[in-house]
Amino acid sequence: TPNMKLILIFSALFGASLCLETFVGDQVLRIKTRNEEEVKKLQLLESLEHLELDFWINPSTPALPVDVRIPANSVQAVKAFLESHGIEYSILIEDLQVVLDKEKQDMACSQQKERSSNSFNYGTYHSLDSIYAELDHLASEYSNIVSKLQIGKSYEKRPLYVLKFSTGGSNRPAIWIDAGIHSREWVTQASAVWIAKKIASDYGKDLSITSLLNKMDIFLLPVTNPDGYVFTHTTNRMWRKTRSKNQGSPCVGVDPNRNWDAGFGGPGASSNPCSDSYRGPSANSEVEVKSVVNFIKNHGNIQAFLTFHSYSQLLMYPYGYKCTEPADYAELDALGRAAASSIRSLYGTTFTVGSICSTIYQASGGSIDWSYDYGIKYSFAFELRDTGRYGFLLPASQIIPTAEETWLGLKKIMEHVRDNPY
Amino acid sequence: AVMELPPSHYAAARAAALAAHYACYRRGSPGRGLALRAVRRASRQDIDDVGHKYYLELVLEDVLDKDSTVNCTAEVLYHLGNKNIAPDVQFTIEGELKNTDEADNVFYNRIKSLEKELVAEKIPDSHGNVPPEMEPIRLLAWAASGYVIWQNSTENTIFQLAQIKHVKQVKRIDEYLEFDYMILLHEMVSQEIIPWQMTVLWHPQHTVQVTEDSRQPKHASE
Repeated sequence: TPNMKLILIFSALFGASLCLETFVGDQVLRIKTRNEEEVKKLQLLESLEHLELDFWINPSTPALPVDVRIPANSVQAVKAFLESHGIEYSILIEDLQVVLDKEKQDMACSQQKERSSNSFNYGTYHSLDSIYAELDHLASEYSNIVSKLQIGKSYEKRPLYVLKFSTGGSNRPAIWIDAGIHSREWVTQASAVWIAKKIASDYGKDLSITSLLNKMDIFLLPVTNPDGYVFTHTTNRMWRKTRSKNQGSPCVGVDPNRNWDAGFGGPGASSNPCSDSYRGPSANSEVEVKSVVNFIKNHGNIQAFLTFHSYSQLLMYPYGYKCTEPADYAELDALGRAAASSIRSLYGTTFTVGSICSTIYQASGGSIDWSYDYGIKYSFAFELRDTGRYGFLLPASQIIPTAEETWLGLKKIMEHVRDNPY
Repeated sequence: AVMELPPSHYAAARAAALAAHYACYRRGSPGRGLALRAVRRASRQDIDDVGHKYYLELVLEDVLDKDSTVNCTAEVLYHLGNKNIAPDVQFTIEGELKNTDEADNVFYNRIKSLEKELVAEKIPDSHGNVPPEMEPIRLLAWAASGYVIWQNSTENTIFQLAQIKHVKQVKRIDEYLEFDYMILLHEMVSQEIIPWQMTVLWHPQHTVQVTEDSRQPKHASE
């Protein structure tokens, strides 16, 4: 009988299919049965245990396909059987070992990524210590382009760490970026760490960043106000200022973004130490501010000064201390709009563009006013997500989207700076 | 004289924020929060001996459904001189807001059937989390804070609800729900965080009522 012949053929193949330890050459077929008779034929095949056919979907009804893994040595014979009975099939997997090898590779790769990155979760808020540990880790993992510098110490003696991104040269023109000058604006420190990782890992892969770093350096200060940041974790989530003691007052802290030497003492800053916009006893009285000023002055070749705040979704250029237009108004406004457009392209987040004075308020002693008057033409302040629904308490799930979209705006500005040396 | 303002100008932004908070107070509930999405047009009129009047075209969004927006026209009059008078606000919403009867009733019944009075704190928490069962409590505060913000706004202020520090339900014998909130308001011009107490009454199909509210002192040590 035909079935007996079949059994003989397959039995002969039995010997050859012993001791398979790999899946090299194994194929997975999908068999389409049209009627009960065809299903029965497949069930006969199934019963021949020595064939070691591995049914992923067993033959049961003509309504369902039958998926079966066939050891390499049996593949031709099974196909011949199906074809001689006019049973339709297709090849789901040509060589199972190839698929398994790729899977192993993928798993090893992601395991290595986890191990080498200590599984730092960019999508959650971190303590100061945790952020500082990650800065060390980035500097060591990407040591060819990233190094960590200390530019000073906070009031409570915490180090102020800056990451330098450089491919060499000597005192190349550079871009300055800072975050967290106001400690309660948590999405800014979190975004800065993500951006640090992005710059480091995109070098050599992304055309824009690679050409930028081949010509310029980037300095990134992720936590400008570490004392305040720690205080927001331990005591008061809404703390904004530094933690310096004010002589003759029970109130602590100075608003570091009213403390710069730009219209200092003018309208838009308070002279009351208990105020959240207290300007301080004098310009640069805050060591956090002074450290940045000293670094910028000593470097001597900073071309752009970019600072992150939250919230309100704004992209602003000078001035804040006076309501007159800066000389480079047209260029800054156009560049700001281009950056806002890039930001919007990712998730539809809209940023309003304008000078500080016309967009939010007159505010004296602000950082980008100082940097602009010092001669750094490309001075911008970002106010990141959101517009008030969560405000400072932005859900951690929005950290990465915020960082991603901000990055696009940042890149737009940095590309312009790279292409327009002055 | 009526002067057109760029929608991005801070004067327009402040008046628009006020109008949006007022609209949220009048139309908000545990099932609905309204927030300002965009300012389309703004103009300002200086009325001698009276004050400054702003004419606004706004887009408001449903806090629970970002894709759901409505157009809104509003007029905001800041009174000259006496800063203790709340601005006059009028607004018209074009079209229909999503019906929230079901959500409101579910919340109402849930609270009514609690054995112990509801107590909660820090909404959202430091990381921005709001437990789902606290969302209606938050939206109720959002609407009620609209009243407090309206009453305390001037041309030199722009408020947002920063956080609910603490909320405690007060059991009542009548059908109203009563909550005693301690909230933090963020005033963006001064950048101050202002603690504020407010007592809120609510019943489905009724506007949110703030029966008592008072600014609280900030602690020097904080």
